[in-house]
Amino acid sequence: MNIWQKYVIPRTVEEAIHFLTSAPGSARPIGGGTDLLLEIQQGHHQPVHTLVDVTRIPDLLRLEVAGERLFIGAAVPVKIITESPLVRHHATAVAEACGLIGGPQVRNTATLGGNVAHALPAADGMISLFAFDAQVEIAGPDGRRLQSIQSLFKGPGQSALNLNSEIIVGFYLPLRKAGQSSAFSRVMRPQGVALPILNMAVWMERDEQAIQDIHIAIGPSGPVPFRATQVERELIGKAPDVIALQRAKEAIHHSIQFRSSAMRASAAYRHHLSEVLLEEVIGKAWQRAFELEAV
Amino acid sequence: MNDQRMINLTVNGKPYQLPEIPGEMLADLLRYRLKLTGTKVACGEAECGACTVLLNEEPVLSCSYPAAKADGANILTIEGLSDIHSTPTADGGLIPLHPLQESFIEYGAVQCGFCIPGQIMTSYALLKRKPDPSEEEIKYALKDTLCRCAGYPTIIHAIQAAAKTLQTGQPISAPAIEPSDRAGRVVGTVQPRPDAVAKVTGKAIYTDDIQFENMLHARVKRAGIPSGILRKLNIEKAQKLPGVAAVLTAEDIPGEHYHGLVIPDWPIMIGIGEQIRTVGDALAIVAAETRQIATQALDLIEVEIEPLPVIDHPIKAIQENAPRIHKNGNLLKHIKVRKGNVEEGFAQADVVLEHTYHTPMHDHAFMEPECSIARPTPEGRMEIYVGSQIPYSDRNQVARALGVPQEQVRIIGQLIGGGFGGKEDIAGQIHAALLAKATGRPVKLLFDRQESLIVHPKRHATQIRVKIGAKKDGTLTAVETELFGDTGAYASLGEKVMTRATTHSSGPYEVPHVKADCYATYTNNPPAGAFRGFGVMQSAFAIESMMDTLAETLNINPVELRKKNALRVGSVTNTGQLLRESVGLMECIEKVEAEMNRLSGGDPFTPKPVAAAPHLVRAWGFAVAYKNTGLGGGAPDKAGAEVELRRDGTFQVRSSSAELGQGLPTVLQLIAAEELNQTPRQIDVLLMDTDLTPDGGPTTASRQTFVTGNAVRHAARALRQLLTSELAERYDVPPQEIRFIEGLAQVNGKRVSLSHLAEQMIESGRKPLASYTYWAPATRPLGEGGDMHFAFSFAAQAAEVEVNTQTGEVKVLRMIIANDVGTAINPLGLRGQIEGGAIMGIGHALTENFLVEQGRVITDRLARYRMPSITFTPEIIPIVVEHPVSEGPFGAKGVGEIVLIPTIPAITNAIYHAVGVRFDRIPVDQEKILLALKEKTTTA
Repeated sequence: MNIWQKYVIPRTVEEAIHFLTSAPGSARPIGGGTDLLLEIQQGHHQPVHTLVDVTRIPDLLRLEVAGERLFIGAAVPVKIITESPLVRHHATAVAEACGLIGGPQVRNTATLGGNVAHALPAADGMISLFAFDAQVEIAGPDGRRLQSIQSLFKGPGQSALNLNSEIIVGFYLPLRKAGQSSAFSRVMRPQGVALPILNMAVWMERDEQAIQDIHIAIGPSGPVPFRATQVERELIGKAPDVIALQRAKEAIHHSIQFRSSAMRASAAYRHHLSEVLLEEVIGKAWQRAFELEAV
Repeated sequence: MNDQRMINLTVNGKPYQLPEIPGEMLADLLRYRLKLTGTKVACGEAECGACTVLLNEEPVLSCSYPAAKADGANILTIEGLSDIHSTPTADGGLIPLHPLQESFIEYGAVQCGFCIPGQIMTSYALLKRKPDPSEEEIKYALKDTLCRCAGYPTIIHAIQAAAKTLQTGQPISAPAIEPSDRAGRVVGTVQPRPDAVAKVTGKAIYTDDIQFENMLHARVKRAGIPSGILRKLNIEKAQKLPGVAAVLTAEDIPGEHYHGLVIPDWPIMIGIGEQIRTVGDALAIVAAETRQIATQALDLIEVEIEPLPVIDHPIKAIQENAPRIHKNGNLLKHIKVRKGNVEEGFAQADVVLEHTYHTPMHDHAFMEPECSIARPTPEGRMEIYVGSQIPYSDRNQVARALGVPQEQVRIIGQLIGGGFGGKEDIAGQIHAALLAKATGRPVKLLFDRQESLIVHPKRHATQIRVKIGAKKDGTLTAVETELFGDTGAYASLGEKVMTRATTHSSGPYEVPHVKADCYATYTNNPPAGAFRGFGVMQSAFAIESMMDTLAETLNINPVELRKKNALRVGSVTNTGQLLRESVGLMECIEKVEAEMNRLSGGDPFTPKPVAAAPHLVRAWGFAVAYKNTGLGGGAPDKAGAEVELRRDGTFQVRSSSAELGQGLPTVLQLIAAEELNQTPRQIDVLLMDTDLTPDGGPTTASRQTFVTGNAVRHAARALRQLLTSELAERYDVPPQEIRFIEGLAQVNGKRVSLSHLAEQMIESGRKPLASYTYWAPATRPLGEGGDMHFAFSFAAQAAEVEVNTQTGEVKVLRMIIANDVGTAINPLGLRGQIEGGAIMGIGHALTENFLVEQGRVITDRLARYRMPSITFTPEIIPIVVEHPVSEGPFGAKGVGEIVLIPTIPAITNAIYHAVGVRFDRIPVDQEKILLALKEKTTTA
């Protein structure tokens, strides 16, 4: 069985939706294809009749400040995102996360759209977008709409999008203001089945003394990603000192049930790493918040 | 729909318009349609970078890049690189190679060569963006471009040298590699590989690069179940699928139904009612017009298997009522070593320690997956194109399966993209031959990576108990070991591997009382066989871990403890062999110790937190090893070679010995050049063809430099004598007045060209050719005492690690590596072996773990079996120690395996010194480090 029967490269969003909805068999949008093609090849995904390549639609390749927001097109290769001064300034955590997706060659083709549509609970790019409460622009047969990134997940590997008729156009993130910053980090376990075992993204707003607001996303922390709001609450209004961090770590323990996965990591190890990562990303973001360089 | 869509693309400056094929990836388009086979496919899962090409100036993985997506793109492959830039030479000339290609050659970054196109293309993309990259930037860019020969340090240096040339226009600066202290005119000097140019330009041909007219593509239906009885097999639907040329089952095998290197216990296919012993067992084979059709046909074969209990561990295998995997039972061999009386030895000891260690299966993960092409010739013979470590054994096994005399089969060895022991057994050779015979057409059988991981024999998983006794001063009094080795479903070389593990299990030490018992058993796991280190890697991990524990118990410096007991000239080994010469262990230890003390300020084993980041703790670890050269144990060890003077005045050296990337052609070329007083480029080396080259024996046991090296040396000498006497007679001068120089003979002051001499000899019916079969010194079987091996290599290594006490992550920062190699005949190749062995050792210590659960392979993708990438590269400080063997060619002995063996315990010992966590199993588990550290802080 061939991985696909037909490979089409539309030039507009409308054309893409048309290809998806009019395909004689199953159809899927494809970005870099680094996940989807391998899943089909390895029998983890049904073969697809029509692959609709969205990487040449100008609308999905935009990376720009749009009014009060930063827009990252769903088909922008993650390498471009990593190196983009705009992203590095406004969404440092996203740039950091994109720099860790796959390897250098994969980053030339992989996209954030694919990373999010794939709906894995710990995808680096997706977790970083979570910390920004990104709004996702979706196009379908009924037109376009904006949806919060939180609403896109049904379960591990299951997107709430209808990938037979819808595509992600891009992501809107807030522009960085004075006192704001973000950071991303992760830990790998290279032994045996090598996979990242925990990642964490943080977005923060601070003043001289204290954290005014904070968003924390940890992956994987459940079947679908979510923000660690109880942990956030322990930190708001406080300086990230030993006591506050200790409270925040305790909140991780109370509010997040890490899973033990065979051959990857035990829940206990993930818990421990979540504390290490928490200190690291909060420390970085706290520092960075006052290092606002011009774009 | 009838709209044939077209792909328009430019490749290496040439425009192409090609019809779109559903499901086709860019690598397939380049390789099979445009015949640009320089782009390699090693994993097919976007993991290894071998298939990297530049697409619109950016490196992408062509194995998983849809060809249709490349419509309109501009693509650069390795074949197009030399048109872009050439390399200046010192004399103002130009080499028609890109500086990266030239620097990869000069620095010895090219070994098996399979990953090299990907390495060079990735590096080219890097240099376009960063003309002067730092080591960190190189590691970041090449992170996912894997090399299993793992000359990563050399790759880094080569890239930096090319960058310099591109910036300055100066020639490539020479690599910092010293010639041998025992160098001759050419032997022991730094020389490029003869096949390097082909490997850096993409012109080197590996088996899958060959296409024949009318060729069929084969695939194998595998059991997928580790234990059972094959009850039904229905191939009718598969046979009827359009495009299928043949579907064969066990019934269709005309000859022997089993293959195997020592014991023929491995079924070519499982017949109805027969036993399935491992997931990779073949049930049926298919040949079809395309690989896609053959794959589709596999799904149409209906199989019914009655499952049987799965034996997944050697200890379960030898329990009394265990179901039998083979009719003679599950114990392949009980191997014994006895010296003195261990009870007496333990009674004399002040300290007795005992502990059990575990090592997992490892996969060779050679970059080139197995590929065989069988082609029936019009004369009725069968040709097999394959990269094999033992061509003559392939010939024998294929002939037996076909039921024909072995002369009817010709193995035409191709370049091998890495072997490491994993290409000694039959993979697809017999299946391809059966299908070719049935269809009368050429048949290619290419394994995908998943099949490669499941089918070929692995490194033996072991459980090793060590009991050691010593005096207070550290003198060893007794070592007792008990080993269990998992040889999986079939014997392969299991008995030999586990024998080596057993005889080396008390370490390179003189111990008065030794007792070792090893149980090599069958299980339902994938078979285990040869793998670089051949059992000794496993037992060295056990004994060298124990030696460090003993040092701590006795409060003796670990290096001193080893010195006290080290084998030296005059020592008697645990098998009763008196070592009469060439024991460079003490020199290896002393040199590594001196360097380690220099780098660590004199206290290498004290944990040192990093100043700015005290959660990172560093320390050194130390280990030693020895490893036999050659088959030993009474096995006749011989190699044949011939050397011919050709009409054009150049020489050809011929032997069936295999080149897997280790550098044998250079070694043989240098030896012949030295003997014949020629420059290396006057010598062509032809290997691995059973019609054209004499039997060099198996390429295993670090034996080829010694055995085939000697055969070539003697053949070259014989040819020199033949040519001398021919000239002496022809020109009527005494033989001692005849000299050979490059391309010429000097006869009494007169110059005679060698091509002229060749012509004259051939015309008068005498072949300017000499053959020689070299028999290595006889050895004795285990248990009889005397010389079990004709030579041993020795090594000492020190590793500095950095442990992150917050996460448990471990990094190897520096390694000091000393090997006693007798004589370094090929210093450039030796460097590649040293670096590659160390990095493979780092992989074994820190990442690699071939996971099998109830006989099923978990690590069945390269993404899951994690071999080290360039980011694991430490600083490597190599030290070459040369204690010549009088019988070795120019004093040389083997080096291919010893380079890997001490690395693993050096690293685990270093981790212990850094954070006090002792690992008795590998790979080191960072989670365990962390948990142990947490426990310590809680108790403290």
